[in-house]
Amino acid sequence: MATKEQTLAAERRNKTILSVVLTIVCIIYCLPVVAVLINSFKANTYVKTETFALPTEQSFVGFDNFVKGMTFGNYPFANSVAYSVVITVLSVALILIFCSMAAWYIARVDSFFCKVVYFLCVFSMVVPFQMVMFTLSKTADTLKLNTPWTIPIVYLGFGAGLAIFMFVGFVKSIPIEIEEAAAIDGCGPVRTFFSVVLPMLKPTLISVGILEIMWVWNDYLLPVLVLDINDFRTIPIHIQYLKGSYGTVDLGATMALILLSIIPVIVFYLVCQKHIIKGVAAGAVKG
Amino acid sequence: MVTKNSVRTATRRWSPLFLGPVVAAFIIGFVWPFLQGIYLSFCNFKTTSNAEFIGLGNYAEAFADASFQHSFWYTAATAVVSLVLINVLAFLIAYMLTQSIKGSNIFRTVFFMPNLIGGIVLGYIWSMIFDGILAAYNTSILLNTTYGFWGLIILMCWQQIGYMMIIYIAGLQAVPEDMLEAAKIDGAGKWQTLIKVVIPNVMPAITICMFLSLTNGFKLFDPNLALTGGLPFIIQPDGSTINTTEMMALNIYNTFYTAGAASRGVAQAKAVLFFILVAGLGLSQLAYTRKREVQQ
Repeated sequence: MATKEQTLAAERRNKTILSVVLTIVCIIYCLPVVAVLINSFKANTYVKTETFALPTEQSFVGFDNFVKGMTFGNYPFANSVAYSVVITVLSVALILIFCSMAAWYIARVDSFFCKVVYFLCVFSMVVPFQMVMFTLSKTADTLKLNTPWTIPIVYLGFGAGLAIFMFVGFVKSIPIEIEEAAAIDGCGPVRTFFSVVLPMLKPTLISVGILEIMWVWNDYLLPVLVLDINDFRTIPIHIQYLKGSYGTVDLGATMALILLSIIPVIVFYLVCQKHIIKGVAAGAVKG
Repeated sequence: MVTKNSVRTATRRWSPLFLGPVVAAFIIGFVWPFLQGIYLSFCNFKTTSNAEFIGLGNYAEAFADASFQHSFWYTAATAVVSLVLINVLAFLIAYMLTQSIKGSNIFRTVFFMPNLIGGIVLGYIWSMIFDGILAAYNTSILLNTTYGFWGLIILMCWQQIGYMMIIYIAGLQAVPEDMLEAAKIDGAGKWQTLIKVVIPNVMPAITICMFLSLTNGFKLFDPNLALTGGLPFIIQPDGSTINTTEMMALNIYNTFYTAGAASRGVAQAKAVLFFILVAGLGLSQLAYTRKREVQQ
């Protein structure tokens, strides 16, 4: 029979093996991002032939790709970044404010109409976007929701399902006595919501906010169908149309733009990592 | 006196403020387009305003469309293969990370990272990598269906393993400590503990992950568009073409926007079929796994 020391030693050895295996997988996991990084400094012709080599004296072009990428396809990349920021910030703000209000109302009033709205919201989560994309883009056109300043209304409508579902679940777990106490102290419903309920919703606001940011920021199909892409492009649309506008793509410049578009995402991730992971775990329970 | 009912009545008076904005946006962004979409699938139309009711003709055409049939089988294969690979690998990694090893936070951070990169960008990153490899063999991911298939699977794994891993870690951490100890005292080995104690306890997490990866697989669009765009294509004897790596969502998109305005009715019918499939799959799998949870 193995002695205690032997089992301990075996366990330590197993853990070392595990660490080594995970480190290797980890490095493999990072390689695609590293590939983007090294290729963003290479001249176009070398990206395809020497994809995995570090830039050499011949292939290295410095920041040329970044400079070229900025105005590539006759559409300034800075505009795409600005529109992406505007759309994401406005949409997520609208979703957080209005969906938390509606969810509180649904959870507390619980009338027949509330039940219908709630059921439709849950139902909308299983509907793929292709089902509504054509009619939605026409409706948005008719109602002039086709600019970066008005498209957030479309996002509010299509994104309401998940947000309402998560908020209602959380509101139901708050004891109603707190709100009744506020009412006894003379708070009207509006004040009760904004100064009593909303502060308690903070963890869910963060979770929902992060899920919606990830969705809106990366979304391609909805903005490309709704916005007039000659005037307004988001980052995903910009990257897709690098190819669309020419046929042959400047891969070096594309990689430079891809690098520029994933750096803020990675920084955002590293800064809010804890919240992001928590938010994802909370959002997953929606199934 | 303030009672529960009087609070409720007071709140009700404010319904336009609380419910109004969401209900209005929800009708514009979902309810109306959804209902109109169902109606238009029975119509012949080029724009939404000049629809002419034709009954089930669009559905008949959708079912007869060889490219749509192909995209169904291709999507099903992609979804099933990716479901198995993603869940097995994500569970494995989550299991390793919960063995209290050093640096597990760093590993977790790295594995989750690709999940934040959007589908279009992911597609272009991987198309560069695959073409970089395949250039040595004088081919491209756009020229070979098999490479296109496995390329997409690798992309999906890279994107989704981290996400599923997070859910599995949460599930694994919730396994009661005393249960694991009891198993150890009863002489259960590592494998026995894993299969008889750990897996039944993380069944809810497995339910969620399988549900998510299956519907993710079926709904996949952005990476499919950016990685291969459906290429290569083959020409049928009747002159129509089939894009061999085109998934259902992309097939519907192409029927709407590249096949000409005359085929929009068919495209909308395909979209309704796609919706029934995705919603049905998700719900039935959920019901099935929930039932097994109760039995255990």
